[in-house]
Amino acid sequence: MNTMNPGISAEASTKDEVVADKKPEDTVIEEGKTVGKPFSEDPKFKLRNVDVSYGADRAIKNISLDIGRNEVIAFIGPSGCGKSTFLRCLNRMNDSIDICRIKGSLELDDQNIYDPKRDVVELRARVGMVFQKPNPFPKSIYDNVAYGPRIHGLANRKSDLDDIVENSLRKAGLWNEAKDRLDATATGMSGGQQQRLCIARAIAVSPEVILMDEPCSALDPIATARVEELIAEMSESYTIVIVTHSMQQAARVSHRTAYFHLGHLVEVNETDKVFTSPEHQLTESYITGRFG
Amino acid sequence: MTDQRSQAEIVRNSLKHRYRKERRFRLYGILAIFIALASLFTLFADIISKGYTGFVKTTITLDVTLDSEMMYLDDPTDEDQRSMADFVAPIIAALQEQVPEANSAGEKRELGRFLGTFAASEVRDLLIKNPDLLNTTQTIEFPAHDRVSVYVKHADNPRYSIQLSEQQQRWVDELLEKGVIDTSFNDVLFSRGDSREPANAGVLGAIVGSLLTMLVTLAISFPMGIAAAVYLEEFAPQNKLTDFIEVNINNLAAVPSIIFGLLGLAVFINLFGMPRSVPVVGGLVLSLMTLPTIIISSRAAIKSVPPSVREAAEGVGASKMQVVLHHVVPLAMPGMLTGSIIGMAQALGETAPLLLIGMVAFIVDVPDGFFSSATVLPVQVYLWASSSEQGFVELASAAIMVLLTFMISMNALAIWLRKRLERRW
Repeated sequence: MNTMNPGISAEASTKDEVVADKKPEDTVIEEGKTVGKPFSEDPKFKLRNVDVSYGADRAIKNISLDIGRNEVIAFIGPSGCGKSTFLRCLNRMNDSIDICRIKGSLELDDQNIYDPKRDVVELRARVGMVFQKPNPFPKSIYDNVAYGPRIHGLANRKSDLDDIVENSLRKAGLWNEAKDRLDATATGMSGGQQQRLCIARAIAVSPEVILMDEPCSALDPIATARVEELIAEMSESYTIVIVTHSMQQAARVSHRTAYFHLGHLVEVNETDKVFTSPEHQLTESYITGRFG
Repeated sequence: MTDQRSQAEIVRNSLKHRYRKERRFRLYGILAIFIALASLFTLFADIISKGYTGFVKTTITLDVTLDSEMMYLDDPTDEDQRSMADFVAPIIAALQEQVPEANSAGEKRELGRFLGTFAASEVRDLLIKNPDLLNTTQTIEFPAHDRVSVYVKHADNPRYSIQLSEQQQRWVDELLEKGVIDTSFNDVLFSRGDSREPANAGVLGAIVGSLLTMLVTLAISFPMGIAAAVYLEEFAPQNKLTDFIEVNINNLAAVPSIIFGLLGLAVFINLFGMPRSVPVVGGLVLSLMTLPTIIISSRAAIKSVPPSVREAAEGVGASKMQVVLHHVVPLAMPGMLTGSIIGMAQALGETAPLLLIGMVAFIVDVPDGFFSSATVLPVQVYLWASSSEQGFVELASAAIMVLLTFMISMNALAIWLRKRLERRW
């Protein structure tokens, strides 16, 4: 993790200020200090002093952030900066990793996400997820979308389930392509269609939040454009957190953008502000392509 | 310029060398496959060429006059009379009719040696069933004695010793010409249990014994193996105890099978007091032997399920159990089934542990349940191959072919199931 700047730990204790004439890699980041607007008036997620470590490795260092209701927030940053790890904390996808330890307070609608009494199944029904690689189940298109509603018992009758499947596929912009082959296996579709199917699968359980972990990294530009359109449409009814490597994508789809660097949350601000006048030098270096 | 040319030349020269290496490497591969196939072919050719006669039986068909005076029998339903009666006499008389030159008592006795031991009981059983046949003439097919059978089938084969006198050989030739002695498909092989006499011995008992034993093995090792694999792979905490269990399962797979036999003898028979030589105990012992194989292959199958499927299911809010039962196990099923069937095929061919729990006993009756004495195919092969009668040698080969047929069909089933259930992701 520290390969980019071996000197940082030695200097960290003595220097607090950003030193302008140094290379961006050498910039010292003060732990827990985030420039811009990390907090929001009407937070869906309230995250305070979050620390995540894998064994001895600290992947997330004291991050505090609010994610607003019906907001699209993009996480950007160089590889290994912890943005995916942070995203996966929001619906406890890191639970299955034994060595992963999470500290701090993470609240969804003022309820602690990591409350030991809290059922992770209920949490994930409210916070859906779309992954980097399209990962439909090796089942029919219909069964893929119907799986979530089925296990949560959202539909009592076949017709209800049919409605949910149709609505979800419509919202994901896949209905016209898929309505004639609902029984065909999902793995036979193109990558873009598969990813939209995964989005349909996520919205079928009517979540409040959708987490997207680089949803377009395996897609071609046309498929990417369709997914981005979809995100814009969905932002009316869902809170969306998207991790992306493409700054253009972040600029196109998100309301706010958060820049992560080596486990620190360096800057959060309105997207156009981040991309036009970043406050932090590291953010500026990253968006101008000097590293990353 | 010169530099460039020389570099290209070096590359070209090294290319030749590389191609040669590649060709040689490929040749080794082809050679290995060829040798493997050739030995397999030799094995099959040898077994089939030596053993096909096991599927042929030699019979003597005679028109026997069931004369009551000759047999000292007036009423076939009377048991006392039956026990005194001579059922062989009419058969020898019928034989002698076919070989007129055998007149003296000694020569008649020699003729009687053509018949298998069970010829007399065949006549008796016929009369018990139909007492009205007394004093009529019936066409009856008798199994020929082993020495006649060997002479008929293997007269030119130096590996068999002919145990008939010159005179007897002449008679047999004569009877062959008349069609009294004839060969046909050995239906006895598939309709009877073991016997002291090759002409009456069959593998049905062993086949049924094998099936019963395999059923017990499957019923125990398949669910237990899969449950163990799923637990270890999906639910078990990562700690020393789990590691210890893992290491020991791998060790168990390498334990010689005869040790499992000893364990079965000590635990199931001596400690639990279960009966000897029964399919239940055999099945239990073989399940112990098969379990590690099934667990290891099932775990490999579960491991090969891509994590993306797991994540997808967790992402829509499936519980751990639902992830495992709805996604992981169905996707791992082809691998699990293949492993299990291969484990079962191994168990089907296993002899050593079964010898120790008494399944090597001489058992004539076809087993009729999990608790009746039985033997299994490989043990039957072992028993016959070590018998002194020459007829058993070819029967052993025939039994090997039956066993191989079972194995090949089980493996074919494994391949078919894998192809059938395999899903792409």
